[in-house]
Amino acid sequence: MSGVSPGAAWRRQRGISRVSLFVPLGLFLLIVGIGYAGFKLNDPHVLPSALLGKPFPDFSATLLHEPERVVHRDELLGEPVLVNVWATWCPTCKAEHAELLRISARTGLRIVGVNYKDDRQQALAWLRRYGDPYEYVLEDPDGSLGVELGVYGAPESFLLDASGTVVYKRVGDINPRVWRDELAPQLARLGVEAGDV
Amino acid sequence: MSDLRRGRSALLLGLLLSCAVARGAGPVDVFQFDSAEQEARYQALVAEFRCPKCLNTNLAGSDAPIAEDLRRTVYRLLTRDGLSDKEIRAFMQERYGDFVLYDPPFRPGTWLLWLGPPAFLLVGLLVLWRLLRQPPREPLSSDEAARLQQILAEEGAAGPSGSGPGGTQP
Amino acid sequence: MIAELGQFALALALCLCTVMAVAGLLVVRPANAESGPWPRVINSVAMGQFLFIALAFAALVSAFVSDDFSVAYVANNSNSLLPWYYKVSAVWGAHEGSFLLWSLIMAGWTLAVALRAGHLPGLFSSRVLGVMGLMNVGFLTFLLFTSNPFERLVPMTPPEGADLNPLLQDFGLIVHPPMLYMGYVGFSVAFAFAVAALLSGRLDTAWARWSRPWSNIAWAFLTVGIALGSWWAYYELGWGGWWFWDPVENASFMPWLAGTALIHSLAVTEKRGTFKSWTLLLAITTFSLSLLGTFIVRSGVLTSVHAFATDPTRGLFILAFLVLVVGGSLTLYALRASTIQSRARYGLWSRETSLLVNNVLLVVAMALVLLGTLYPLAYEAFTGGDKISVGVPYFNAGFVPLMLALAGFLGLAPALQWKRTRGERLWRELRWCLAAAVAFGLVLPLLVAGALHWQVVLTLALGVWIAATHLRDLSFRARQGLRRVPLAYWGMTLAHLGFVVAIFGIALTSALTVEKDLRMSPGQTETLDHLQVTFDGVGTRNGPNFVAQQGTFRIQDGRAELVLHPEKRRYLARNNVMTEAAIDPGLFRDIYISLGEPLEGGAWAVRLHYKPFVRWIWLGGLIMALGGLLAVTDARYRRLRRRVGAGAAAPAVAERPTPTPTAPEAA
Repeated sequence: MSGVSPGAAWRRQRGISRVSLFVPLGLFLLIVGIGYAGFKLNDPHVLPSALLGKPFPDFSATLLHEPERVVHRDELLGEPVLVNVWATWCPTCKAEHAELLRISARTGLRIVGVNYKDDRQQALAWLRRYGDPYEYVLEDPDGSLGVELGVYGAPESFLLDASGTVVYKRVGDINPRVWRDELAPQLARLGVEAGDV
Repeated sequence: MSDLRRGRSALLLGLLLSCAVARGAGPVDVFQFDSAEQEARYQALVAEFRCPKCLNTNLAGSDAPIAEDLRRTVYRLLTRDGLSDKEIRAFMQERYGDFVLYDPPFRPGTWLLWLGPPAFLLVGLLVLWRLLRQPPREPLSSDEAARLQQILAEEGAAGPSGSGPGGTQP
Repeated sequence: MIAELGQFALALALCLCTVMAVAGLLVVRPANAESGPWPRVINSVAMGQFLFIALAFAALVSAFVSDDFSVAYVANNSNSLLPWYYKVSAVWGAHEGSFLLWSLIMAGWTLAVALRAGHLPGLFSSRVLGVMGLMNVGFLTFLLFTSNPFERLVPMTPPEGADLNPLLQDFGLIVHPPMLYMGYVGFSVAFAFAVAALLSGRLDTAWARWSRPWSNIAWAFLTVGIALGSWWAYYELGWGGWWFWDPVENASFMPWLAGTALIHSLAVTEKRGTFKSWTLLLAITTFSLSLLGTFIVRSGVLTSVHAFATDPTRGLFILAFLVLVVGGSLTLYALRASTIQSRARYGLWSRETSLLVNNVLLVVAMALVLLGTLYPLAYEAFTGGDKISVGVPYFNAGFVPLMLALAGFLGLAPALQWKRTRGERLWRELRWCLAAAVAFGLVLPLLVAGALHWQVVLTLALGVWIAATHLRDLSFRARQGLRRVPLAYWGMTLAHLGFVVAIFGIALTSALTVEKDLRMSPGQTETLDHLQVTFDGVGTRNGPNFVAQQGTFRIQDGRAELVLHPEKRRYLARNNVMTEAAIDPGLFRDIYISLGEPLEGGAWAVRLHYKPFVRWIWLGGLIMALGGLLAVTDARYRRLRRRVGAGAAAPAVAERPTPTPTAPEAA
């Protein structure tokens, strides 16, 4: 610092340091902001799907009603389809069931079930008793198809467009609110007749 | 330090005492491995993935059914399918997203995360360097030291040197 | 009736704390501090608020012990079958009660400061107590208005309590939270001293001298608290891990890192009059991190199983309190702290430099933990819902190198003197220690069968390096007369050796642990390291409030035989199943067995662990804490108290560093 008077150098340094004393306060406010944002976030239990915007993975699975028939991914193509993961051990699936029946009865939407880690006889009895909204139901007794789909609980639902790309995913039940606010607008974009539900 | 796996600590309980859900039972699987090396890889992998269902536990430490499925999947990919660690990580990431990776990938969204600490260190060292760069004063000769002692003694006798509420003098 | 009494006592304590805060921060002025009655009044009020909070705490304890299930908190967290000691510790077994404990400890520290306040200038002690009173105003308001532990369930009083979470029915719950809170809250003293110093504008070294013993004690408690938590996790949770970089663990670890930096920085500020602003900032930061930790844990934004969506008031209250206290103190800091850097009055090889390096490394480590803990939250907020996880691989990647660097510098510590040390002298003194460490690092991999990770070898070599330089210096001093070695020096040496013990434990456990998850049928024998483990089957045992399936394992260790009984317990009140690992502890190895699920044919899934040196981790923590406490008992502080107490009240000298004689003094 030769050539600068010590006083000036000192003042300059002092000026810089004055500002730097506010750095801790700034950092703290940033942290508080992040903490505050934490309150606004969604349910921490819900994970965004890694499949969103990607093609539905290839699979081969047997059918609940026809165990000898094997189904692959290409059978889901051609028109939009809702893939719904459910199980008889899942109480929320029971709550969701009525809404699925309503959707299948009143719209042209294909619904395909995935019976997730369940007992076949119980599942069949369940559908006989409460009604069957599904075009067909895939069997996933050991949860391996679930792993392929990134499923971590039931119920979960995927909406696929005609080319088999996942355009929407719902973790948790499909209820009238979800139908109205999320699913129906998605279907409208895909050109499916949403009916008067 | 590879041993840090498995576990959510009791500190959590000590603090998050309000958590009413009993966890605790550490799951034990009985898989057969071809080699000790393979088993070690498996153990490291299931410690590295986060259980998607249970907020803050790895696969190894969770007794949730999905964690069990995923452990079995990792075992299958490792032993039957012969995938590499990298391929298994990619498999998990493709299906469950970045959330399952306790080792977050390096990409624009995580630059700050990965580069932050080195940057902190750099700033710290820079400050350190600036402090040290100021030339240290020549050590006092014994004469000077004696004089300084004398001055300080006089000042001390005269009372505290008045410095304003800014603290020290330059 | 007793519960209402407790609530009333809390309300009274809140009033007294308000008096303390208002009087200490607003009423007392330089003009009326020394002559007027206020400092003494504030002192008495400080004692009164402790009395009332203690009364409230006793009321809650009595509600638990007498199974008063008309109190909602008792009904939710106790059960008449619970043994009496768990009934007492269940007081802090959930949210409301643990905050009452926090408040009690806050009151206790305030009381301790009040008892010692006679040694401080009246204005200063009033302000310190005022700040501490303000803290407890916040905590008590929080308790009374959002988390009242005395709420009644009338008239729907349940006949039986819902029971304490079985995971918490353990010795760990009895000791861990009180110790941890003693540490957390203890740093409020250093915080209050720093704020009082900023308020007075006298940023001399006096406040550093006064707050040093307090910070050391708080640090020692926090160290013990964290060590106990880690130990508890290890034996209780059934998978043998002892640290997971969980947000909740991090919440306790961040103040520890900052506090460790603080107690070192205080040494420089007190002895040499430098780093004054920095030390003030550290004092504020350490306690702020304690509060932030509370927010993280209590608000549930990061960890929780039940998010605060149901009751956001608690989290928002803590956040608002945080803004008030931390934001306020940092603003004060920005306005008042001295910007003038102390000119370098020390050379490159000096104790000042080494302590600066220590501070840089510890603070960067703290920042790393903070960043890793908050990043997922920030990421989700900024990306609008995408989630990432930050866990063990990230933290270890950054933290381990930082700690290795710290260990390297720590070895230099005893040989470095204040101001400057000649390079030749340093080399002369330390070359044999360095040689020992290098030789150890080179020979070790040859001796041990199996490849050791280079980090493990390096850690062990650095441990040898630190131990060698410290013991060398100690023996050098001892030759001049052991009695002349100050206790503070013993404390420092002990704490540093504790660090060595801990890193030895960490390195050796991670390198040498043998873990086996396997299926065992009754009568089957398995080899675990050099041990023969035989499974004798599973029987049933009735506990006071649980039924256990108890396994029997015989372990042949050379000629010695021992028997372990891991259990799976079903707690009756909530029908929870818990794993209770059986551990044979030892200084050099633990044998750890836990039961998994029963398999077909009488076989069981079994986890067998052989963990060498795992206890050294916690033992090292305890030694460190002991060192910290030992340093406080140093005659210097006793002299200081007498001197200050004798009437030389104003913090006089030390505006500029006094040229001390060159003999290195204990930091």
